[in-house]
This record gives sequence, structure tokens and C-alpha cells, in this order.
Amino acid sequence: MVGAPYGGLRGSLSAYRMIAAMWIRSTMAYRTSFAITAFVNFAVTAFDFLAILLMFAQVDRLGGYSLGEIALLYGCTSTSFGLADLAIGSMDRLGRRVRDGTLDALLVRPAPVLAQVAADRFALRRLGRVTQGVLVLAYAFAVLDISWTPAKALLIPVMLLSGAAIFGAVFVGGAAFQFVAQDASEVQNAFTYGGNTLLQYPPTVFAKDIVRSVTFVLPLAFVNWLPALYVLDRPYPLDLPHWTAFLPPLVAAGCCALAGAAWRVGLRSYRSTGS
Amino acid sequence: MRAGRLYAAVAAGGFRRYATYRAATAAGIFTNTVFGLILAYTYVALWQERPGLGGYDQAQALTYVWVGQALLTVTSVGGGGFEEELIERIRTGDIAVDLYRPADLQLWWLAADAGRAAFQLLGRGVVPMVFGALVFDLALPTGPLPWLAFLVAVALGVVVSFAIRYLVALSAFWLLDGAGMAQLSWLAGLFFSGMLLPLNVFPGALGEIARALPWSALLQVPADVLLGTHTGLGLLNAYVFQAAWAVGLLGVGRLVQSAATRRVVVQGG
Repeated sequence: MVGAPYGGLRGSLSAYRMIAAMWIRSTMAYRTSFAITAFVNFAVTAFDFLAILLMFAQVDRLGGYSLGEIALLYGCTSTSFGLADLAIGSMDRLGRRVRDGTLDALLVRPAPVLAQVAADRFALRRLGRVTQGVLVLAYAFAVLDISWTPAKALLIPVMLLSGAAIFGAVFVGGAAFQFVAQDASEVQNAFTYGGNTLLQYPPTVFAKDIVRSVTFVLPLAFVNWLPALYVLDRPYPLDLPHWTAFLPPLVAAGCCALAGAAWRVGLRSYRSTGS
Repeated sequence: MRAGRLYAAVAAGGFRRYATYRAATAAGIFTNTVFGLILAYTYVALWQERPGLGGYDQAQALTYVWVGQALLTVTSVGGGGFEEELIERIRTGDIAVDLYRPADLQLWWLAADAGRAAFQLLGRGVVPMVFGALVFDLALPTGPLPWLAFLVAVALGVVVSFAIRYLVALSAFWLLDGAGMAQLSWLAGLFFSGMLLPLNVFPGALGEIARALPWSALLQVPADVLLGTHTGLGLLNAYVFQAAWAVGLLGVGRLVQSAATRRVVVQGG
């Protein structure tokens, strides 16, 4: 793409912005429809927290954690996941484009394919998920009595952004997998939506093997578990040193690099049907 | 008799249509299993804190999780199935062709949806259930009779689910874009079927209302039949509850259908 008007990182971003803006304009042509779908997006994602509230109508603690502490875990992962979902959540439609051949149209345009696929059908209604995540996070800060230090305060925004990047890498990796899997696009839901659901609960709820695999294999634990447990002064079920709570930016960078490599391999292996 | 053969053929077509996408089915099984696993651990934590919550012991609560994952697509708790297609046909006007056919519109789509449900019960229901039974201690019945009773409850649940979604689809005759209605019905289904949490764990009046609404026929009632909470007269009561909602909602569907078809004006060309 050297010399192309939208080459390089800056070009990618401006191509992304243009396509996303186009989709926003097209969405806003039907304002009622947008309002309804945004509300549904908010409500259906808030159901996860409603389930937790219903549980706490019956118990005071879950896995040894109070409602406020779980709200912190929930708010962090929901905000991070919501940001990733808003930015590039439409990538799970890639399998469909591969199947019906419309991906070819993206390949001939003078803009990076990743930026085009990421911005494809940009859905502003997904602000609904981010909103409910932020609201639950605000509730957690209101009810929790956290002994704040500068490090903890700094860790909160770092955790939210790194978490979004980690989930974003999972979306890109999942999209790369769809070059091969096509029809099996639902598999990535297990890691994106499933991962988000997992992280809404404290790690003490789950079997050690599950905690180990989301710490060392697919490092979702760095989205919120490790940093949020540091903020709460809670021990992580695996014996990890304290400084690992500050690793999320590094983990996110590593995940993004790996996902980028997977994407390039996937894209290179793509053979159009030629029809 | 000929009519029966027609709808059997439509149902078989519905079955085959979903059976075609093997990779998608495998992917769905994987995702259902992962969600089942996550939910199962949260239920273990909940029932450890409050043993006997909602009248379930821990094994029953875990069984409930895996029944939920098995039935998620079967009774279309999260929507999906035929309604998007019917909405699209109403929007584009293709529905006029359907109304010309020498077959009943409601029965046609019911047959197709029954075929879909049968495939998803076999294709997407069995494996997560077996996985759940291998990993956790479940309270599954040993004799064939409770399983048979369960299948009857699932079949009734599918009809109730169909009747609701048929009404949702018909709303497109008036709204043209049925997507909003479909999503609202999806929200209600997710909440009131017991997919979030068993309805007998819902506190107070909310629980009583939820258990009386038609959506409880989609998951809560079949799960309770499998768990053996309904026996003898109780089982009959459960079936009557489901059947009453099925008949009532199908009846409303007929009324709305006749009102809707009187509205259809096909553009002559």
C-alpha cells in the first residue's frame, strides 16, 4: 500500500474514521430505530448485572466477594469490552463477507483492509453496552471504601484502555480465524462474549485450571482480574507477585502484535472464489 | 391426510435446512458449552452460599444450567428461527405469494419451525448436556419416562415460543420494520424464560409474575419436568399451563393474521 492515499497507521485511522462516520450518518437517518436498538443494546447487556443483583437478593457474598467488589470487576470488563465492541465489534461479520465474496471489493480499495473491515457497519448503538459498564463502575466507586494510592488511581484508566486493547486483539484474532473457518464464526463468541461474562465474576468462583488458562494461555485475566484485585487489596488465587497487576499495557501490546500477525497470515491465505 | 403429509414435508425441510450448516452447528455447540461452563461455576458459588435456594440442591441447579444451554436455540429463547425471514417477506411483499399457496400460513411456519427445533435439540442440545454430565454431578433422571415427559414439555415450549414469535413477525404488517419488536420480544424472552437465573430464585412477586408468563414455558417448565419437580397431577398441571398459553397465543395469532391479510394490497403490475 505504499503511496496509497490511506497507507500507514495514520492512513488506516483516517480511513476508519471516514467509514465509521458514513455508517453513523446512515444510522442517524432512522433516529427512532437507532433509539430503540441503542436501548435494547443497553438493556440486554445490563441483564448480566441484573442477574448478579438477583443473586445478591438471596446472598451477601459470592465467592467471598461483596456486591460492590463484583460491581468493580463487572464495570471494568464491561467498559473495556464495550469499547472494543464499539470500535471493531462488527469484525465478526468477516466470515459472511468471505462466503458471499464481497470481501473482494474491500481488497481493491486504496485503504488497509483491516481498517475497512473494522469500520464496516460501525454500530453506534453499541454505546449502550459502554454506558451500562460505566454506570456499574460508578456505582462500584460510590459504594466501595477503597484505600486509594496514586498507583491505584492511575491503574484504573490504564486497566480500562488495556482491557479494551486485549479484547480488540481477540476480535482481530477471531476475524483472522474466520478466513479459515467461515461458517464457524460463532466460535469467537465463546472468547469475546464468553470472556466478558467470565470476568464479571471474581476468580475465586472458578476452577484453578480455568483461572490458569485465562492468565497464561489467553491472558484475559489482565483485562480486570489482576489489576482490579490489586485495587481491592485482594489476593489473586494464583500465587503471582504484586507487580503483575501493572502488566496489562504490556500484555495488551503483545496480544495486539500477535493478533496483527494472525490477521496478516489470514489475509494472505485468502483466495477469492473469483465469481 | 394430504394436508398432514404437506406439513410433515415442510417440517422435514426445516430440519434439513439447519442440518446443512455443520461447521456452524459445531461452533454453536462449542460456544454453548463454554457459556455453560462459566454459568455452572457461578451457580456452584451461589448454591454454596445458599444451599437449597429456590428448592434446588446444587446438582439440580447445575442440571438447570445445562438444560438451559441445551434449550437456548431449541425454544429460541434469544429469538432466531423463522421470524426474521417472515418479517422480510412481509416487508418486501413476498407474503402475497405465501397467501396464494394452498396451505395455511400459520401451520406452514409452525411446521418449518418445529423441524428447526427438532434439529437443534439433536444437533445443539445433546453434546453440551453430555459434556455437563461428564464434568459436573448432575441430577439427571435414570429411567426413560422422565426424559419422555421432558420431551413433551420441550415440544409444548417450542409451540409457545413459535406462537409468540409469530405475533412479533405479524406486527411487521403494521410497522413494516419488525426489527424493533423482534428485539423487545427477545429481551422479554431472555428475562422471563429463566435464562438469566431460574425463575424460582427470583424474589417475591417478581418470581410469581415471571412464572405465570408464557416465557416460563420455554425453559423453566421443561427444566422442572426433567428435574422431577412436577409429578403426577403436578406434571399434568405443567402441561396444561404450557398448552393453554400455546392455544391462546396461537388463537390470537389467527385473529391478527386475518386482520393483517385483509390489509394486504398487492401492487398490480
